[in-house]
Amino acid sequence: MMAKLKFIRSKYFLEEGEVEQLAQVPSGGNPTVKKSKADDGVFGAPVKRYDGYDKVSGTARYTFDVQFPDMLHARTLRSPHPHAKILSIDTSRAEALPGVEAIIHHGNVPEIPWYGNSRLFDPHLRYVGDEIAVVAAVDERTADEALKLIDVEYEVLPFAVDAEKVLEKGAPVFHESGVLAYNPWIYERGSVLEGFKEAEVIVEETFRTQVAVHNPTEAHISVAKWDGDRLTVWDSTQGIYSVQERISEALRIPASSVQVFCPTMGGGFGSKLEGGKYTVMAALLAQRTGHPVRLGMDRKEMNLVVGNRPNSVQKLRVGAKRDGTLTAMELTAFGTNGAYPGWAGCNFPLIGTYKCPNVKTDMSSVYTNLGRSRPFRAPGRPQGTFAMDSILDDLAAKLEIDPLELRLKNYAEIDQYSNQPYTSKKLREAYLQGAKQFGWTEKWRPAGTDSGPVKRGVGLASQIWSGGGGPPAGVTVKLNVDGSADVIAGSQDLGTGTYTFLSQVVAEGLDIPVENIRVILGDTATGPKCPVSGGSLTAPSLSPAAWDAANQIREVLLDGAAAVWEVDKKRIAYSKGLFTVPEDDTKRATLPEMIDAIGMGTIVRTGYRAKNVEGYTAQSFGVQFAEVEVDTRTGKIRVLKILAAHDIGRTLNRRLLENQFHGGIIQGLSFALMEERIVDEESGRVLSTNLHDYKLPTIKDVPEIEVLIVENDNDTKVNSMSVKGIGEPPIIPTAGAIANAVFNATGVRVKELPMTPDRVLMALLSEV
Amino acid sequence: MDDSESTKKVSRRSFLKTAGGTALGSTLLASLPPAVKDSFAEETNDELSPGTVPLTFRVNGERKWLKVDPRDTLLHVLRNQIGLTGTKMTCNRGQCGACTVLLDGEAVYSCHMLALDAEGRDVTTVEGLLAGEALHPIQQAFVDHDGLQCGFCTSGQIMAAQGLLNRYPNPTRDQVLEGMSGNLCRCSAYPNILKSVLSMAK
Repeated sequence: MMAKLKFIRSKYFLEEGEVEQLAQVPSGGNPTVKKSKADDGVFGAPVKRYDGYDKVSGTARYTFDVQFPDMLHARTLRSPHPHAKILSIDTSRAEALPGVEAIIHHGNVPEIPWYGNSRLFDPHLRYVGDEIAVVAAVDERTADEALKLIDVEYEVLPFAVDAEKVLEKGAPVFHESGVLAYNPWIYERGSVLEGFKEAEVIVEETFRTQVAVHNPTEAHISVAKWDGDRLTVWDSTQGIYSVQERISEALRIPASSVQVFCPTMGGGFGSKLEGGKYTVMAALLAQRTGHPVRLGMDRKEMNLVVGNRPNSVQKLRVGAKRDGTLTAMELTAFGTNGAYPGWAGCNFPLIGTYKCPNVKTDMSSVYTNLGRSRPFRAPGRPQGTFAMDSILDDLAAKLEIDPLELRLKNYAEIDQYSNQPYTSKKLREAYLQGAKQFGWTEKWRPAGTDSGPVKRGVGLASQIWSGGGGPPAGVTVKLNVDGSADVIAGSQDLGTGTYTFLSQVVAEGLDIPVENIRVILGDTATGPKCPVSGGSLTAPSLSPAAWDAANQIREVLLDGAAAVWEVDKKRIAYSKGLFTVPEDDTKRATLPEMIDAIGMGTIVRTGYRAKNVEGYTAQSFGVQFAEVEVDTRTGKIRVLKILAAHDIGRTLNRRLLENQFHGGIIQGLSFALMEERIVDEESGRVLSTNLHDYKLPTIKDVPEIEVLIVENDNDTKVNSMSVKGIGEPPIIPTAGAIANAVFNATGVRVKELPMTPDRVLMALLSEV
Repeated sequence: MDDSESTKKVSRRSFLKTAGGTALGSTLLASLPPAVKDSFAEETNDELSPGTVPLTFRVNGERKWLKVDPRDTLLHVLRNQIGLTGTKMTCNRGQCGACTVLLDGEAVYSCHMLALDAEGRDVTTVEGLLAGEALHPIQQAFVDHDGLQCGFCTSGQIMAAQGLLNRYPNPTRDQVLEGMSGNLCRCSAYPNILKSVLSMAK
């Protein structure tokens, strides 16, 4: 039954017995479902999605669905030029159109700083899509018609859209800082010069990744409504508090005057982390017209203006000893952050994933006349990991070492960046259990040895992500007189399960059924401040706060019971909604009875996420194994299977976890094979602005996916709940694993994403 | 409908003028229910609108007599005129399936057809599957198998699934894959969507 683990050709890392122990997969039934003590209670149980009913019945209210009888609809006039200055703007024809209520632009709105030195309406236009004016009208069609009647005179300026050419040949400067968004960030530990001297083998390669666009299904949208000097905003956002802050800053009004709602939202993936221009514009129009104003975007705007995963050009050089020990890794990389300040970094995987004493990364980002980059599910990681794990497999092939062995050989026991220990790290278990479950030993053969026109191959890639969460995060629990509880947090649920896990944690903490819990999210007026829903922060930040609040309420109840019954608190037992005093049958009260006896009415406490433990690095870890088929006649890649083996601490809800892992993996797959923003260099225009031209996977593109979570239920250093976030980890290694499987199948390295048939064929031909 | 007939001759601007300017005008508008306001606004916009035309069809079993702008899509009328916001819009050009509804039992993209083309026909939206507050079995299947994440595409997924089940009450895996391939899910809850729909096979 035990895997032979033949692939481990040297015995450098573990004794045979230890290997067996680590590689042990729980026997019986589905080995991916682990049994742990958490399964006895609500916590960790595969409870069904809290907001499932609302979403399947069509009754969930998204910002997109918010309607008021007197609501106006706003649309935005955007720059048709990649680089231009507005010489004049005349809105008189548009204003004359019946149904038009207000038009705002740089000429009639105060200067509101935005994107560093730019502003809300900037007459200097820096990309196709930059905001020129916004029209509010009785309906969307009228607003759209009005846009066509706005007369703008432009001074058209030279532009640049190709980041590589900007660096090579220079480009028109449209920011004070020049063509670079910031000074190159250079990181070095040890000495790569020395490291390469020590190396017995050196591999070098340049990799490229594309710009990918978030494209959440609910477009970015705000509805703004004033009542006197109080503003209410419904926003499809990943951070109600960041929206509140942005509006408060922009309009110079106190945060307490701004209430932001987002009870349900249709996806963000990082594109909805900040308060947007459109939100402030809606608020300005609502103020001017005295009507609620709805300002949303269409799919074209979604593909131009609300962010993207920046491209990358990564020049990598890796040196190693003959036995595979890494001696030096060097990365020089850049990407484009588009027309406004942003980040295009992709160097973190190289800095921290594997053990290496000498590492240098030189990371810069270039301005181009295109939409701004934004964080996109694990910013920088899928692209950095693709390049890093690709070159490691090139190295493994050169050294004739099994790729898994190479990873195990260079396993980082401590955090390479800070030299601190990890709160916990079970990546080795993930490698071994994952390899066994996947059948790595049986499936892996040296690269390019499959014969026939359709070749099969397997590959793997690793993942790290800082998923431990942190303060500030508050969760309020209100215990009602009937023994039910309301849980209130200033967070939001992106489809990630915030509602569900909060109900579970509080149900466990108060020992009441999960059905008796109501969760209220997405309201800045009632929910304590929580982090944005990004960075895999939510579960590891909010679950400890909710646990804290529930425990505080338990203490109030036990203190109260002690006073009511006049017995020592220590003698009182509480379980499943029942207070008793063992050995005293006269003392017995249900939760509602005890709440009544205590006489406080509802009992309300707010719990907080404690500070992170100093001296440790919190990270989630994982590895993914891919099996692919490459048709060498057509260049078409078919992914047959992805197995994900991850250390994410303790599982809060297996049902929702698996779903979120599927999502990350499929997005990683489409990043590897399909998605790409296409730009026409001549005109500076994005050509892929709809969901037909921007390729997304359908249900038919989904491979077999298996999710294996390694046991790690007691990492109390990461946080009181032992929870690491799972939003980003699943997307990080997928593209790298697929790329390595393609290399393994064909013996040819595709160095550029997405690996579309044309790129695969070109790579195959260039090897002939 | 008589009310909107009588206001048809009044242009919006002249109405606002007689009503004493924008502020008062908006107060009056605010007091009107959405459907009346919507048709009022459309009808009086002479420069743009070709006028409205009557439309009679059934929505979720109820007969509707409406006056619609002939340029409006079925999706627009369902959401903005009837107020059924369960049907979503993501691409508005027949590329994603978020707006899927049943037309005489068959799944169609409601953003991709004119409302007028539904004349005399039977439209079912996601709300129409409910029996009172109780979920329809296909809706329950999506809850049981967690066939969703953010939920924005879910109405369309469910209606596509019901359309598929109307055609093939006992679909094969391949039929489900084919039948559901016109509905994008950016969260990529696809494996659970597949499970949800397959669970309905007898």
